[in-house]
Amino acid sequence: MCTVAATISDNGVHLSPAALREALGWELKPQGLCKDDRCVPVRGHADLVTQTGVDLAGFAGLLSRPLAMDVEERVAYLGASAAERAAQLASLQAPDFTLPDLNGTLHSLSEYRGNKVLLVAYASW
Amino acid sequence: MYAELKDHGFTVVTVALDKSAEDARPFVEAARPSHPSLIDTEHRLADLYRIVNVPTVVWIDEQGRIVRPNDVAFGTDMFKDMHGIPSAPHLAALRAWVKEGKTPLAADEVRKFQVLPTAEEQLARAEFALGWYLHQAGKPAVGERHFVRAGELAPHDFTIRRGSMPIRGVDPMGPAFFEMYSEWAQAGKPYYQPLEGTAKS
Repeated sequence: MCTVAATISDNGVHLSPAALREALGWELKPQGLCKDDRCVPVRGHADLVTQTGVDLAGFAGLLSRPLAMDVEERVAYLGASAAERAAQLASLQAPDFTLPDLNGTLHSLSEYRGNKVLLVAYASW
Repeated sequence: MYAELKDHGFTVVTVALDKSAEDARPFVEAARPSHPSLIDTEHRLADLYRIVNVPTVVWIDEQGRIVRPNDVAFGTDMFKDMHGIPSAPHLAALRAWVKEGKTPLAADEVRKFQVLPTAEEQLARAEFALGWYLHQAGKPAVGERHFVRAGELAPHDFTIRRGSMPIRGVDPMGPAFFEMYSEWAQAGKPYYQPLEGTAKS
């Protein structure tokens, strides 16, 4: 979770390239939007990058990532794409996670490597 | 019930998709487990594993590989009359895996039975996450809009539609749930979708 400087207008929510890099780790380069060793071309996406900055909704769409926004409350949640989650699951390598127990102590799935694990998701509801 | 399997290199990891440790605590204390009992208030596990209802069980081997994909399985037959799923077959298969090393499914079968997430499901999860954030920020009325939107995007995802009820001050065992469940059943849609064709006795 982070706070990022953004411009909110009738044309949507725009982040400056600096804010995009700082908040999300994506950089606007001549070849497109890049992170680590991956670049996505922005040519052909006319309204994605304007004088105001990078359109957040357009950015999410470019990466096929889900974006939930509440502009009035000035909050947004950018989730993982279905493709990313699906690829991980289809690889059959169980996604690692770190969660607290009821005492607040953190545990990771990877701690149990070497054991057979029955992972049970349940709820009080 | 897993005590007999404990010394066979086996661990149960339970994860409560609940809004607070306090909601999960009675269940954990009743089970008096020697296994890790975790709390997942943000439903991260649901996002990672495409979990749309509870209980959901996944088998993971010693190398961290999924050897049996998401399934609904109960540890007892306490509520079998309500949901119709007997506990014995899954327990028997589990024993065979843990004690005898019996592989439940070949890798291509695991993939065949996996249901992979869609863009709508992921957007529903993002809306749920935003709803939760806003609720925690002291804005339940605003959060409500996002919970409603999440439920519209993924009406089959009960970690959202039922799981959001306690957050929103709605009884998940009360009339609102039964109305939702009836509507679902009347449309001929299953509340639970157990795995088919797997090694169940």
